[in-house]
Amino acid sequence: MEKFLLPEIPNYNLIDIYESHGGYQALKNAIAKQPADIIEEVKKSNLRGRGGACFYTGLKWTFMPKDDAKPKYFCVNGDESEPGTFKDRYLFEFNPHQVIEGILISCYAMGITTAYIYIRGEYGKWIRMMQKAIDDAYAKNYIGQNILGTNFSTNIFIHKGAGAYICGEESALMNSLEGERGYPRVKPPFPAQNGLWGNPTTINNVETIANVPLIINKGWEWFANYGAQKHPGPILVGISGHVNKPGVYEIATGVKLTDLIYDEKFGSGILGGKKLKAVIPGGSSTMILPADKIENVSMDFDSLKQAGSSIGTAGLIVMNEDTDLIEVITRVTKFYHHESCGQCTPCREGTGWMEKILNRFEKNEARAEDIDLLLDVANNIEGNTICALGDAAAWPVQSMIKRFRGEFEAKIKS
Amino acid sequence: MLNENNLHELDEIIKRYPEPRAALLPALWLAQEQEGFISQDMMKHIAHVLHLDYAHVLGVVTFYTMFHDKPKGKYHIEVCTNISCLLRGSKKILDSVEQHCGIKKGEVSKDGKYSIEEVECMGACGGAPMIAIGEEYFENLNPEKTENLLSNLK
Repeated sequence: MEKFLLPEIPNYNLIDIYESHGGYQALKNAIAKQPADIIEEVKKSNLRGRGGACFYTGLKWTFMPKDDAKPKYFCVNGDESEPGTFKDRYLFEFNPHQVIEGILISCYAMGITTAYIYIRGEYGKWIRMMQKAIDDAYAKNYIGQNILGTNFSTNIFIHKGAGAYICGEESALMNSLEGERGYPRVKPPFPAQNGLWGNPTTINNVETIANVPLIINKGWEWFANYGAQKHPGPILVGISGHVNKPGVYEIATGVKLTDLIYDEKFGSGILGGKKLKAVIPGGSSTMILPADKIENVSMDFDSLKQAGSSIGTAGLIVMNEDTDLIEVITRVTKFYHHESCGQCTPCREGTGWMEKILNRFEKNEARAEDIDLLLDVANNIEGNTICALGDAAAWPVQSMIKRFRGEFEAKIKS
Repeated sequence: MLNENNLHELDEIIKRYPEPRAALLPALWLAQEQEGFISQDMMKHIAHVLHLDYAHVLGVVTFYTMFHDKPKGKYHIEVCTNISCLLRGSKKILDSVEQHCGIKKGEVSKDGKYSIEEVECMGACGGAPMIAIGEEYFENLNPEKTENLLSNLK
């Protein structure tokens, strides 16, 4: 199958090689069109965000005011920190120019002259790779003033994070970029009205933006018909945990989870020939699915929603029959407790309480009433916080109790 | 104090943003790369350069886990123990690191050679279990490989 986000071409990260395979042609084609036409094409392509929320990218772009005299900003979210997610790193390393080209087309479409790529601080090595690609693109006037002899000008800067999961939340990301602690903002107002420094801002995930040149080159019809009907396009799936071949795989949306786990093209089966116990399909915040509930479930928004989970960042975590799910949920909860920014009491306190209760289960010291207590705390976090981190902490706990209650009961002190 | 090169670089960085306040994270990175950590005096210096309150700079430094307000070891070893690494045996990796360095997570060795930090997911789940030493990632580890890796640190 042809790859569109991670083409199997040696040295594709180098600008000359990228150009020799048609790179930056989409930018040239785009700036010959009207900005409104580009937005329309992205809208019709049905491209949806790859950062977890699956919001329609073209629709998001239409929220930007058109006749506002204020400066507008573009942010590319490369903070990827959701446990089980490691896909954007591959784009920085193997296809940085497609990300840059996507940023430039997006900026042209929305009339933006400054773009920031926010990349997590741990990715120091990949920040340097991305910076090299940006420098090379500046040298060829793809970025900068009067791009390719037109009136279109845009600068692209990298902003390095410093180890805070919450900065992947778009309003926390903006605060971090402004030199603040990564505290999410109350919405509304949304970024398109009141974003960076109070100005209209659009924030998209790295992988989302890498899809934009494809839509321009191949047309929205091609994109809209590639993969799952309501959630089309190529997508990067990160497979980790108990599979023989973990890694990042490019697929068309709609591939069955069982294929991703067992097919030789992907995970190549369970480690050690063991049986499957459960999967977490889209990063640690998505709801766990028992092995007998994934038959015919596929990697796309609707199928996973119907199955009682969500696609999230398409970070598929596979667990075999020997997995101690109490250990897993305790570790995941510890993570959300550590990463809670502390603004909202339900999340700040609740994640800590959940961790303490789970520690009792882990030590076989839990009381019978602790299961319902844990569920009660999770239910009181969900929906009661400024941002979705509270929900992200509650969902794994709620789904684990609902679908694997026996694992908790087995840890009650007799 | 930031050295002359870094002050010059900070001047250039400030131009990327409409407000100098936005250069705070980049400034703290420059400081940490220069000194290995960010002292109270450095925070006051950066506050002065960027026209910020010292309390704000302190608040930012302590919010982000990658900024250190105390010196770390020459080799700062970060061990991921989050879900994908946990499933692939990260507990044993952490044990190996602690054993080799003779310290526990959160500590700095007396000779200043090592420090160990248990960290959250570093985005290397396909290569779990993993550790990072400085900016370098080491993936697909087992206790033997970890021991070999650490033995080669001079």
